[in-house]
Amino acid sequence: MTTPAPTIRVQSEDFDLQSEIDALTAGRTDIGAVVSFVGLCRGEQNTLSALELEHYPGMAEAEMQRIAALAIERFDLLGLTAVHRYGKIAPGENIVLVIAASPHRQAAFDGANFVMDFLKTSAPFWKKEHGKDGKAREWVAAKDADDSARDKWA
Amino acid sequence: MVKLVYFAWVRERIDKQEEELELPAHVVTARDLLVYLKTLGDGYAAALEYPDVIRVAINQEHVEHDEPIAGAREIGIFPPMTGG
Repeated sequence: MTTPAPTIRVQSEDFDLQSEIDALTAGRTDIGAVVSFVGLCRGEQNTLSALELEHYPGMAEAEMQRIAALAIERFDLLGLTAVHRYGKIAPGENIVLVIAASPHRQAAFDGANFVMDFLKTSAPFWKKEHGKDGKAREWVAAKDADDSARDKWA
Repeated sequence: MVKLVYFAWVRERIDKQEEELELPAHVVTARDLLVYLKTLGDGYAAALEYPDVIRVAINQEHVEHDEPIAGAREIGIFPPMTGG
């Protein structure tokens, strides 16, 4: 069996979940399970006007490729898509998408979960909050809980 | 000469996106580099006040602070990541 090449994109524009799933499964009859995760921008009790996502161009894609390759190998995935947006993102808008495909459901659930846990802690993206008053606020602080979530896969 | 690239609050405090520097011979590891950069001015000192939390990437791959930087074309210096 050949290892599938993941679809990895870093982009400012929005993505469409169904189109991405369709692209992953088109013409395939070996896939029995597709799990998708979409991360959205929260409004934080209506105090936030936008999140500004900064990334390290080149490394962001490279690191997502490395994470995807680990997930495909570990869970024998049949397909994997990861899309991460950058730039200003308003509450309710999409930030990140992960889709994992496998013959049976458990590998797809685990694969998507694994990719998100590593994406949060090792893909070079940073969030800055912009308040409703129009002022840039603080950079979002990294959470120990995210490190713990990643470390459970060790 | 090595190209240094900065992101998020490290970039803001240093007030540069990137720069090319000639590093002194005693700068051997990533940690040495952070300690050296701290001496270059107030912005650097503010950005790198707590070097243990700073992440370093050599040629766009994460490295530990004890990694030698010899031969690096590009070194990224940034805070812990908060994407996803």
